[in-house]
Amino acid sequence: MTKAIDPERLDLAREFYRNPWGPHSAELQRILNVMRAAPVAGKHVILMSGPYRRWSVARLTGVRGEPAEKIEGLSFDNPEDAERTVFKLRWAAHTGQPLNLD
Amino acid sequence: MTKLILGYSDEISVAPGGRIRFMVSCEPGVERYRAEIVRMRSGDIQPGGPGLEEYALDPPAVSEHRGREQAIHPGSFACVPDSPAFAALTGFTLHALVMPSIAGQGVQSLLTKWCQADEAGFGLFLDADGSPLLMLGDGRGGIARLSTGVPLATWEWSAVTATYDGGSGAMRIEQEHLAERGLQAAVRVARDATGVTPRADNGAPVLVAAATRSQAPGRIVGDCHFTGRIERPWIASEVVDRPDSILLRRGPVPPGLGSRLVALWDFSREISSDRVVDISGREHHGELVNLPMRAVRGAHWTGEFMDWRRAPEQYAAIHFLADALGDCGWEADFEWSVPEGLASGFYAAKLSGSGNEDYVPFFVRAPAKRPGARLALLVPTASYMAYANWRMPFDHSLVEVLYNQVAVLGEEDQYLLEHPELGLSLYECHLDGTGVSYSSRHRPNLNMRPKHPWLESYSADLYLTDWLEEKGFDYDVLTDEDLHAEGVEMLAPYRAVMTGTHPEYCSTRMWDSLFAYQQRGGRMIYMGGNGFYWLVAYHPTRPGIIEMRRGEYSERKWVTSPGEYHLAWSGEFGGLMHNTGRTPHRLVGVGFDAQGFDHGAGYRRQAGSRDPRAAFVFEGIDDEVIGDFGLSGNGAASEEIDRFDHGFGTPRHALLLASSFGHSSVFGPSNLGVGETPPLEGEGIDAEIRADIVFYETPKGGAVFSVGSMGFAASLSHNDYDNNVSRMIENVVTRFLDEAPFPAP
Repeated sequence: MTKAIDPERLDLAREFYRNPWGPHSAELQRILNVMRAAPVAGKHVILMSGPYRRWSVARLTGVRGEPAEKIEGLSFDNPEDAERTVFKLRWAAHTGQPLNLD
Repeated sequence: MTKLILGYSDEISVAPGGRIRFMVSCEPGVERYRAEIVRMRSGDIQPGGPGLEEYALDPPAVSEHRGREQAIHPGSFACVPDSPAFAALTGFTLHALVMPSIAGQGVQSLLTKWCQADEAGFGLFLDADGSPLLMLGDGRGGIARLSTGVPLATWEWSAVTATYDGGSGAMRIEQEHLAERGLQAAVRVARDATGVTPRADNGAPVLVAAATRSQAPGRIVGDCHFTGRIERPWIASEVVDRPDSILLRRGPVPPGLGSRLVALWDFSREISSDRVVDISGREHHGELVNLPMRAVRGAHWTGEFMDWRRAPEQYAAIHFLADALGDCGWEADFEWSVPEGLASGFYAAKLSGSGNEDYVPFFVRAPAKRPGARLALLVPTASYMAYANWRMPFDHSLVEVLYNQVAVLGEEDQYLLEHPELGLSLYECHLDGTGVSYSSRHRPNLNMRPKHPWLESYSADLYLTDWLEEKGFDYDVLTDEDLHAEGVEMLAPYRAVMTGTHPEYCSTRMWDSLFAYQQRGGRMIYMGGNGFYWLVAYHPTRPGIIEMRRGEYSERKWVTSPGEYHLAWSGEFGGLMHNTGRTPHRLVGVGFDAQGFDHGAGYRRQAGSRDPRAAFVFEGIDDEVIGDFGLSGNGAASEEIDRFDHGFGTPRHALLLASSFGHSSVFGPSNLGVGETPPLEGEGIDAEIRADIVFYETPKGGAVFSVGSMGFAASLSHNDYDNNVSRMIENVVTRFLDEAPFPAP
């Protein structure tokens, strides 16, 4: 079983972008499971403030007691865009190629 | 992330005429804060939720207070009060069997009479590299240190002995690895007089697993905490040589050695308590602070016994934890007397100042034997404690898989991320990887707050109060802790009992009391999922603390070590209630089946729903599908779901009214009853993932109705409370409050 994410499968990325909360196709869900099971150190989280007003992408350090590190410029007024942005970051990390859906 | 104000209360449940105290800490800069007691109705402020609804009391209960910072001091240890015998020591031997469980944590204390402030006294420590270290301090700046220079192996037992000869001033320290005797040589290091005379009369207590940082009346603050296991610490008033020292490692004190001992603590005594017992005859007994773990395997565990009660001498160790917290120990800022006649319900002290706020929730119960309503809402406070300061969204890699979305951390989570000193939930591991087996409510519990974005436990139970108030049903509130303390008699005045949405943690007495209530003709409405699942014991003498072990099977974020499944406080075999024969299926007709936190599902009516016995449930409901909507993933069957199963104890006459369908692939089956693990990506495996709605009668006109889903209550307010879930529960509550007995089928 390979866990690699095929960078050619932009159709799956598009499916995610259309509907980030799912339900997802089995092929997309498999990719998501790989992305989502990442270890805590370096894992992306979304910091909500407001509450329910602002969603900012951040990364956990994995060290107990340390705050999550916000990623500059990745703050949104809705949670879907934050979720899409994390997908995009992880896609690039897993495939080695930036995700360009334009 | 900063929360400027944090508080907790001494009581969780208080009756009119009673008194409750609030402990509050404010960040510097919060000069004053306002405290108001409010009644809570609802707390889900997400878009589309019922919003925050709280009511001022009449007359209002408002007070103003000066803000002050109160510190938290985690770290468990044993504390033995100072005595003339300790203070008079001029030479000594210090000994302990030691199993460190983590290295690289700085200097760790094993057995000390050491005052950190003036560096006076003596003690046996582990140096920063994990090597045993004898340290003497004269309190005038003179310090002598002697280390073996060889770190102890972690997770293995060693004997450590240090001596100081008061006559010659010589120091000696040695370590012996117990598991590989003969392969690994003992290490012995000695040093001649240093000129430093340890100051024994330093006023400090003797501590095991900590050194004294400060002391105030009734409050010792520890420092340099040790993480790992210690067994059989003792102190002698002179140099004890190795042959005698070996004789003291287990069993009774040999004749002839007793007169040389000042104290020998046998941790196999009184395992179910916070006491440590001195068997030297000098009565130097002590108390445990911050909940170290007892009933753990000691240096002499053979594997022959799994139950500490059968061989306590093999469980003579205590596992100390530098990050454990039993009680913040803050001083009370204010107290409130509950007015006579105040209606039972969910209440909170709302604290606000400098633009910040905190809610300290508590529950006003009805006076004993004077119910204010015929319906009791049983608040699952044991489960609130189990999840207190739950860190899984940022501590556990698989949470995102279970929710199928990136973890969204609200302000509470962001604060907890930076403040582990608030203590852990039963879902975390301590720094050494040991699962957290104890939880206390004597600390701020940031998960038990209105407006919390993880709409589980307390914040989800506010869906129930919201709905009960919307529909005009009178109700009294009782808590798990009340039920555990008072038993079935507490429930007797009530025609029906409704549970919370996630009453997962349960003591044997709670289960037996609810079952007895049903057998006497009581009616029970189980409004949740994953209920009555894990066994907990309450602390035998201190209210508000629970113990659990995660043994054998089920979803476990950590696993208890073999031989340690039995609870220290009750001796019971820990793990699932299932292990004791008290399955959730026997109590409420359904039991935990699967979990997934992305999408909910609706229920389809089953044949049982056509049975005339269940006609009242569906009065006014023409739909075939129930609850395909709601705030929890758009479906009433969501989060953690329970299934009907005769094999686990669902009564034979129970009616299966409706079953959920179409759950997402995130829902994985519980491993209870699963002998084989199916392939993860297999097709066509019938995992029977569903929530079941069940009704059945109990003796003497009683009945049980269960929804089998943790997220069910989040559908009640849909369409302005006009929907088939709301109607169904209204039908059930109305009928269950009706005096007419349910005829036996």
